Parts: sequence; structure tokens; C-alpha cells
Amino acid sequence: MATRLKEIDAVVIGMGWAGGIMARELTLAGLNVVGLERGPDHRPAQDFAMPGIRDELKYQQRLELMGDNSIDTITFRNQPAQMALPIRRWSAFLPGEGVGGTGNHWGGSHWRFQPDDFRLRTYLQTRYGAKSVPDTMAIQDWPVGYDELEPYYDRFDKVCGVSGKAGNLKGRKIAGGNVFEGPRASEYPNRPMPHSEGGAIFAAAAKNLGYHPFPVPFSAASAPYKNIYGVAMGACQECGFCTRTACEASAKASSVTTIMPALRQEPKFELRTRVFVSRLVYDKAARRVTGVLYTDLKTGQEYEQPANIVVLSAFVFSNTHMLLHSGIGTPYDHATGTGLVGKNYCYQFEAPAAAFFPDKELNPYMGSPGGGVVIDDFNNASFDHAGLGFFGGGYIIASSGGSPPINGRSVPEGTPAWGSQWKRETVKWYYHSVHFNTQGSVYGHRDNYMDLDPTYKDALGRPLLRLTYNGTDNDHAMSRYLLSRVENVIKAMGPAHYEMRPRPKNFTIVPYQSTHNAGGTIMGSDPGNSVVNRYLQSWDAHNLFVMGASTFPQQHGYNPTGTLGALALWSADKIKNSYLKNPGPLVHA
Amino acid sequence: MADDTIPRRDFLTGAGAAGAGAAALTAGVPAAKAAESANAPAETWLVLTADEVAFFSAIADTMIPADALSPSGSECGVPVFIDRQLASAWGAGAKMYRAGPFHPGLPEQGYQLPLTPRDYFAAGVEATNAWTRKTYGKSFDRLSPDQRAEALTAMEAGKAAFENFDSRAFFQRLLAITMEGFFSDPIYGGNRGKASWRMLGFPGLPATYAGKIEEYRGKRYVAEPQSIADFS
Repeated sequence: MATRLKEIDAVVIGMGWAGGIMARELTLAGLNVVGLERGPDHRPAQDFAMPGIRDELKYQQRLELMGDNSIDTITFRNQPAQMALPIRRWSAFLPGEGVGGTGNHWGGSHWRFQPDDFRLRTYLQTRYGAKSVPDTMAIQDWPVGYDELEPYYDRFDKVCGVSGKAGNLKGRKIAGGNVFEGPRASEYPNRPMPHSEGGAIFAAAAKNLGYHPFPVPFSAASAPYKNIYGVAMGACQECGFCTRTACEASAKASSVTTIMPALRQEPKFELRTRVFVSRLVYDKAARRVTGVLYTDLKTGQEYEQPANIVVLSAFVFSNTHMLLHSGIGTPYDHATGTGLVGKNYCYQFEAPAAAFFPDKELNPYMGSPGGGVVIDDFNNASFDHAGLGFFGGGYIIASSGGSPPINGRSVPEGTPAWGSQWKRETVKWYYHSVHFNTQGSVYGHRDNYMDLDPTYKDALGRPLLRLTYNGTDNDHAMSRYLLSRVENVIKAMGPAHYEMRPRPKNFTIVPYQSTHNAGGTIMGSDPGNSVVNRYLQSWDAHNLFVMGASTFPQQHGYNPTGTLGALALWSADKIKNSYLKNPGPLVHA
Repeated sequence: MADDTIPRRDFLTGAGAAGAGAAALTAGVPAAKAAESANAPAETWLVLTADEVAFFSAIADTMIPADALSPSGSECGVPVFIDRQLASAWGAGAKMYRAGPFHPGLPEQGYQLPLTPRDYFAAGVEATNAWTRKTYGKSFDRLSPDQRAEALTAMEAGKAAFENFDSRAFFQRLLAITMEGFFSDPIYGGNRGKASWRMLGFPGLPATYAGKIEEYRGKRYVAEPQSIADFS
């Protein structure tokens, strides 16, 4: 029997990016907030300290910061006719665990979606014809526009101390920045990181071809920075260990480095770690959530935490799972195409390439992801899709940093994987390879969704979430096109050898590809097309707010975190300015 | 099979000796170096059996032969690394979902066995040795360098017909853990003397390159490699 605790103003489930933002904003509004986190706390001064943080085996191979599959995982299959089997250890994607969540170990690519991404269906139908979007493609307009979200994008830049160069300041296009981005109210808080040498060669070749190269916006401070919460961030050290690892300089933005230092001083905030939330307590008749049930992993005791406001801000899978398990909303039914919780699961369609330059010294272990150079000429609204046979697109990047010795050795295809020749080739090429990536969009499809698994259970005895996903013909065509564009640039760079690495036909849960998962609790204009409204408020429980990329109607050709953070700030603002004064539905259906 | 009856403990005085012997067979390591290894104190193994030490040493020396670029895999401590990894929480299956029911599944669904890494490698060593005994009449570690290379090539291509074990999948796991041992920080028992980091030109720690990107643009950065242990 659960012990019932004293009611609190707001409870936040999951203390990653969105949870950290909501806890900070709601305490600033005067609410008493409890943050529930399944994993451990992370304090950079001791947990992410030198020299131990520079450990490729521990962080990049053994996945120290990732979620514990032994207590909770998902099952996976490519098609509805197959039996889904559990992901026994994370690989294709790597959700994090503990305070900071996946934000601790991300690579810091900090993007905004294009204005036309937010009106995707309308944009495509206007430009390419009313019947241009096939019935199987489940895309929809966002219920919020770029212009409405811009102030929150701007604010999130200033939470994170993002380093970059604007390409569109209030409508004025600026060469050297991203001229395809929507208008920005202000320049990035920090100057861009220096280009990697590979990025510089890429930039020159791309410019010659008429493209528009610019430094990737990087969610780390290129110089010491104090953010809008008064938290001090250090300067990026260009260590080359960024992705899958946390930052010893507190330069890379995460809720741990940009928000928690302020929240730890906040008397209205209480953090409870190692607590596993099992269910939201739903009063269907009142259309409210009365609180949450959780098990304290340190005592084994079950608690009910009543709350006036519940913020569900776990990873995409856990958000969707929690609603399904709590009986909130109508589960998506693949057979009939009805129901909404679990609908529009979207991955990110990344496909890489590599090129080899025996005469260039590239110091591959040196530098940050922020040294990467991008062209955005082949994202959704950047180019004409007439006659191409697909919709969508993505940015193309010459990557930087992050080639430590276990994982970062690159040799031309066909090189033996072991033995003397392997060794000679490994040494020959280590300093001389450049890597590229294409950050492709994924548009919803009726066959790609999440529901509850009929067989496998988590450590609390709940059915696991089941993911049914495969790449669609549209997304494969988009990805091949992006690779053909980057191939042109690579050729112009004059490598001794290069290779394109197209995606396999079937999505596989090994090896690592991208942690950018989206959908399942999508936002929309009415309860008939979405799980949450434009303020991320549940249509089925007005005091429940669902945060994160699970609310994206589809995945666009950019990393999701910039939009995820902006949405959390936008939602928090509405809660503060409207909901607290008059609790109830913020959008009337 | 007669040679397999020789007691392992007599045959092995530790991975260093086994590795040195194997390396001398393959690439003619300088005699002084081999003697130095032979005189090194015997390793104390946490979980590996003598058969397994011999197996992983032979694998390491075949995948990473001694040559002008580096000492052999076993001289670099790869078997010690594997022993410690398999004895670690990771080796015991920490953070791994191990509930049934179990099905082989499709390749797209990834690893589906209940075996922990420690159990998986134990089964793989047995399966490999059973297959080499059938094919060559000897356990893997007793094969000649050419036979070892041939056996690994067959496993890599999925042409080694193991009984009830996936030889290609096992090869990939063997390759991964051997390379981890060769390239990881020496604090884990492999990469002795930072041999692989010297070979690559990887400087290790502290990896604070702010300001060095421009300074070393187009120029090779050279530094004596340093381990976590050098800062501890």
C-alpha cells in the first residue's frame, strides 16, 4: 500500500532538459516543486571531474551515463507482423539516466526548426499541390508557429550559452551564418568555436559549389559565460570526448550545468533521486491527474505524491509508456489507424560518409563538435522538391573532434579488421580522415508507432513499451539524395579516397545511429489529432503537461534539443501567466 | 588431441609468457624483450581459466601481432584487460535486460541471449576450441600462426561451422573486446606502456586543446601520451 505524502504544487517526472527548465521556471513563479529522478544525481565537480572523465572505455563503450536496461527497456520490431523482442542493452539510441538525463552526454548540436517545418502539411500542399502528400504519410502542422516560439528559442540560447553565428537577424540575411534559418531576435550568446581543419576544407569546397557553409550552433560556451539563471559556465576545452561523455569544464550545456546549480539553492525545490515513477493517478471524471505513484529504489517503499500540477518530462519512450500505462488518452490502434497515444513515432535518418586526405594533418582527437561546418541548403524548405519523389531533407555536416582510439579509428572500406595490414592502415589513416553526417528528417507513417508489449515486463511488473519502426520509402529516398549532395562536396574537396555509407534497408537496433527519437504524445490543434495542445497540456487532464520530443508531430532535419527546450520555456510561460490564475484547459476543444 | 592433456598451469606462466612465445613465433620479438616478459611475475587471474588465458592470448596475438608498430596484443596486456572486464559489473551483465522468454530473433533486433558477457565469452571459447579440435586437431592456442589466422578468417566470414553457437557473432565480440583492451586507457590492464597510443599518435590526457586548434591547424600535434593514472 502506497504511503500518501503531502500535496505539493507541482511534481516533475524526469530531471533532464525539460524537467530542469520546468522546475526552475515554476519555482521562480513561487510554486513548491518536487523533482523525481529515477537515476542518480550528477554533480559535475565530483562526478564529471578530471582525470576520470577522460575515459573512453567507461563512457563511450560501457555507457556509464545511459539508462539501466535491466529495470526498464523497450521491445522492438520492424513490422507489425513480427514479434517484438527486448532491447537488452541500448545501442542504436542512448537515452541517459540521472539528473541531466540525455543532456549530459549529447554532442550539443543546438538547432531551431525552419518556420515552414511548423506548418509542414500546409507548406507542402501549398507548394506542391493539395494531393501531393500521400495518405500513408502522417505529417501535420504544429499547433505553434515559429514566430510565437522565437522568444523562447532565444531564451533557451541564453540558458545554454550557445556558440554560433546568426544567418538571419530579424530578417536580415548574414553571410557566414545559416541563411536558411528563421529570423532570430538576437545573435548567439557566444562566438562560434573555431572550425576543425576538415570543416575548413569542406567550407571552401561547399562555397565554391554555391552552397552556404556556417559553423554548427554548439550548446557550449566558447568563453566563460553567465546564463540567464545566473549560473556560471566554463569555456569549452576542445577535449574531443564530448559525445557520450559529460563536460568537466561545465561548458557544455545540460540541466546539470545550466540550471541545477541555481535550483540546488532554491528552497522551493526538492530533488528526489533513485525513485521510479510507476503510474500517474488519473481521475478521468474530473479530467485531472491527482498525483503520481512511485517506488523509492533506496527503501523499496511505494509512495503516492499528490500534486496540483504534474509535469511528465522523461524520455520519449517513458512519456508515451506512462500515458499508456496510466490509461490517459486513447492508445493508437494500428489496425484501424485510430487513437493517438503512441502515434507518429519518428526516428532521425542520419547517414554518414568519410573521406581520406593523406597530405592533411587533422589531429582527429582534438576539438569539439562545435568545430563542425554545416550546409543547410538541402533541408525541408531550403530547396525545391519538384520531381524528386520525396519530401523532407536535412543538414549536412563535416564533423569535428571525437576520434578517440577505440571508437574513432577510420580506415577505408575493404581494409582488414585485424592483423599486420590492419595495423599499418590504421596508423596510416588515423590523422587523415574527415567524417560527414546527414541529419535527415523522418516523417510519420501509419506503420511506425508505439504501444504496450503483450509479453515482456519491466522491473515494476509493467508491460514494456513496444516500438514498431522501419525506414519508409520517402525517408530512404530523402537520405540517398542528401548523400548524393554531400558526395558532390566531398569530390570537390579532393580526397585520395572517400566512401558514402547509406542506411541499410531495415532499421536495426545496432549499431549506434542517433538518439533523436520523437513522437508518441504529439501536439496538435485539437483532441482529434493530438495528445497535447499547443501549450503541451494534455487534452485529457488539464493539470498534466507533457514535455520533450515525444510531443513533436514529426522529426525535422535538425537535432531536436533546441526545440525541446524552447517548447518547455513556452509552456512554462503559459502556465505562469494563465494556468495558475485560472486552472483548466488552456485551449478549448 | 594428445597435446591438450598437458596441464595448462605448466604450460602457462602467465599471459606475458604465453604472449611472448606467440609473438616470437609470429614476428621474432627481440630476445631480450621476450626474456623480460618471461621473467615478469605471473598474473593473478580474476575469472579466466588457464584454457581461457591461453585462448585470449592467442587471439590477441593473432589480431594484434608484434611488429615494428607495437608489441603483440598479449604483451600489451589484452588478456589481463579481458579478465578484468569479464570480472567487472559489465561482465556480469549489469544494466542488461535479461528476462525471458528468449527467441533468436532477427539480426535487426540485436543480441537476444540471456548470457552475460562473462558467460558468453566462456561459451564462445569452448565452441571455438571444439571447432578447431575438429578441424585442426588442436585447441585454438595450439594452432600455428597461419592456422590461427585461417581459423579467425573463417569465423569472421561466418564459415566456421560451430555447434550451437554463432561463430560470426562471436568473432565480432572477440574483435571488439580485443581492440578495447589494446586501445583503452592503461588503467584497465591493457595498452601497457601506452603502446597503442604511441603507435597512433594519440596523446591521451589531459586533452585540453582550447587555443591549440589554430596553433596546430594543418600541423601534427605531438605529445608524450598520458594516462588517467598519470594524473591520479
